[in-house]
Amino acid sequence: MPLLELENLTVTFDTSSGPFKAVDGVSLTVDAGEILSIVGESGSGKSVSMLALMGLLPWTAKIEADVMRFEGNDLIGMSARDRRRIIGKDIAMIFQEPMSSLNPCFTVGFQIGEMLRKHLGLGRKERRQRSIELLELVGIPAPAERLSAFPHQLSGGMSQRVMIAMALSCNPKLLIADEPTTALDVTIQAQILDLLVRLQKETDMGLILITHDMGVVAETAERVQVQYAGQKVEEQPVRELFRDPHHPYTAALLAALPERARGNKRLPSIPGVVPGPNDRPPACLFEPRCSFATDLCRRTVKRQPASLGLALCNYPLVDGVPQGHPAPAAALAERQEELI
Amino acid sequence: MLRFFLSRLALIIPTFIGVSIISFAFIRLLPGDPIMLLAGERGMSAERYAQLSAEMGFDRPLVAQYFDYLMGILQGDLGTSIVTRRPVLDEFFTLFPATIELALCAIVLATALGIPLGVLAAVKRGTWIDQTVMGTALVGYSMPIFWWGLLLIILFSGTLGWTPVSGRISLLYFFPPVTGFMLIDSLLSGQDGAFLSALSHLILPTIVLATIPLAVIARQTRSAMLEVLGEDYVRTARSKGLSPRRVIGLHALRNAMIPVVTTIGLQVGVLLAGAILTETIFSWPGIGKWMVDSVFRRDYAVVQGGLLLIAIIIMFVNLLVDMLYGLINPRIRH
Repeated sequence: MPLLELENLTVTFDTSSGPFKAVDGVSLTVDAGEILSIVGESGSGKSVSMLALMGLLPWTAKIEADVMRFEGNDLIGMSARDRRRIIGKDIAMIFQEPMSSLNPCFTVGFQIGEMLRKHLGLGRKERRQRSIELLELVGIPAPAERLSAFPHQLSGGMSQRVMIAMALSCNPKLLIADEPTTALDVTIQAQILDLLVRLQKETDMGLILITHDMGVVAETAERVQVQYAGQKVEEQPVRELFRDPHHPYTAALLAALPERARGNKRLPSIPGVVPGPNDRPPACLFEPRCSFATDLCRRTVKRQPASLGLALCNYPLVDGVPQGHPAPAAALAERQEELI
Repeated sequence: MLRFFLSRLALIIPTFIGVSIISFAFIRLLPGDPIMLLAGERGMSAERYAQLSAEMGFDRPLVAQYFDYLMGILQGDLGTSIVTRRPVLDEFFTLFPATIELALCAIVLATALGIPLGVLAAVKRGTWIDQTVMGTALVGYSMPIFWWGLLLIILFSGTLGWTPVSGRISLLYFFPPVTGFMLIDSLLSGQDGAFLSALSHLILPTIVLATIPLAVIARQTRSAMLEVLGEDYVRTARSKGLSPRRVIGLHALRNAMIPVVTTIGLQVGVLLAGAILTETIFSWPGIGKWMVDSVFRRDYAVVQGGLLLIAIIIMFVNLLVDMLYGLINPRIRH
């Protein structure tokens, strides 16, 4: 039984210009001890789908899913009160902006201890003991003194470590990290990622790492799910994904990595922007930006089998060649040139 | 913290001098002669006028009068009332408890209702609850105090006969003041019904005086809450699985209280200004009514001394609020 199962999750926001689907039929599973990475640019619904799982979206959001199960328990039919026994205890989350994610009015010790009291019912002494252990675990020097520190006395990296300590306080089975390193500088980024991966290995929890940084994915993840405009467009183990991306969007993302740039050619980029609520393409959402798009892509789009990374594409790439594409090979080679 | 306190204290000195000049000058700007007013309709001989004038020091140049006044203040002497011939400070301390009692009740009522209403409006943002609370607050804020007071008297004292019209306690009861607070003194006196009588006298003035601060506090709480509810740390608190009550009542409210406490502190000035009208309407024997009466009698010593004392109180309350602010907001304290 997988730790977390999401099937066909859809999140709709009522906006003044009509309903907007921020997440559109996303499915995912995570097993214990596994790292799943969700990749995509801003607005691809990565964070929203996880916030929906945590029940953290405002009431204006409409959440629908065929399946939303954690350890086999259905989360959809569950009362808010029962759900709060799982949220924070078994599923914990850390966020993008560590500096603003901690409450400025309370000490670090209070904010960690609060979790321990609510979910584990620990007494004052035990809470202090456990809080010190946790701060030690995430590599904060002089943990006993840090307990009485206020968030404004901590640096960004320290704050994120405190957030991690807080998230881990009840030994969660699943940790969701929403762009945990985006707001930090590069050296700290690496430290925090190392810390997350080490703790994940030690505790054997599941880890969902949301990021838009392919470099982070390559370093940490085991399985990668690529999202675009609220849809899952591809899912593969990390090595295979980097070696042979099946969706043109994934291929284009990888081609745009500076680390992969060859020679002194201009770094390729993906033309256009993610479609907004008012200019959603009729079938394939990536079609306006895709160099292989045909008329068929404006009418319908097909989900490929798992052997092709579940790519949501009519012409999945295999070794950079779009399968079943009507254009002559020579013309395709020219377009591929941009991608490789 | 001590440094912060001392620097705030140092700021009070120039403010104090400024207030002493203004209070001294303003009452003298009013047309009318206190000595002629003392004489009433009979008038007074020129010799007697000159004699009284010299006695009270009005014959000396204004600047000299001001320095006499200032020297007196530094020795703790605020002068003597022209009308009652009692020291201003004595009169002030006799009447002040009545005003404190009223103002305290009003600010407690305004805070105790204003904060929950503001939180409720913020949490139920955009619903009929929010609109009702904010609409009522706007009406309350815009209401002229004296008119609102009269309306309440007409309804509750006149038509319904539920509450007394004026004063602090029914004339049936008499006991010497111990603390000066009627609610406490009436309890201490042990007389049957005295406390209820004092309480019933307090209800309408408290409501009238609390109206504007209540509206201001509710509106400020709502806007502060709305801002705070969108913050990342509120999302963090919810992600911990805490109950909505704890998330809103502790994590959000504590942050929202920072601007609200400042607002409450500023209301003390509003309260003392409002007390002047409220006490006059309800014949409440406090310093507000005392000041109004003294202005009409051109009792220079009382008006300038009273203004100065009120200003000092407001300054110290603001200092207290600044201290409290540091207590709530750790970013100031450290």
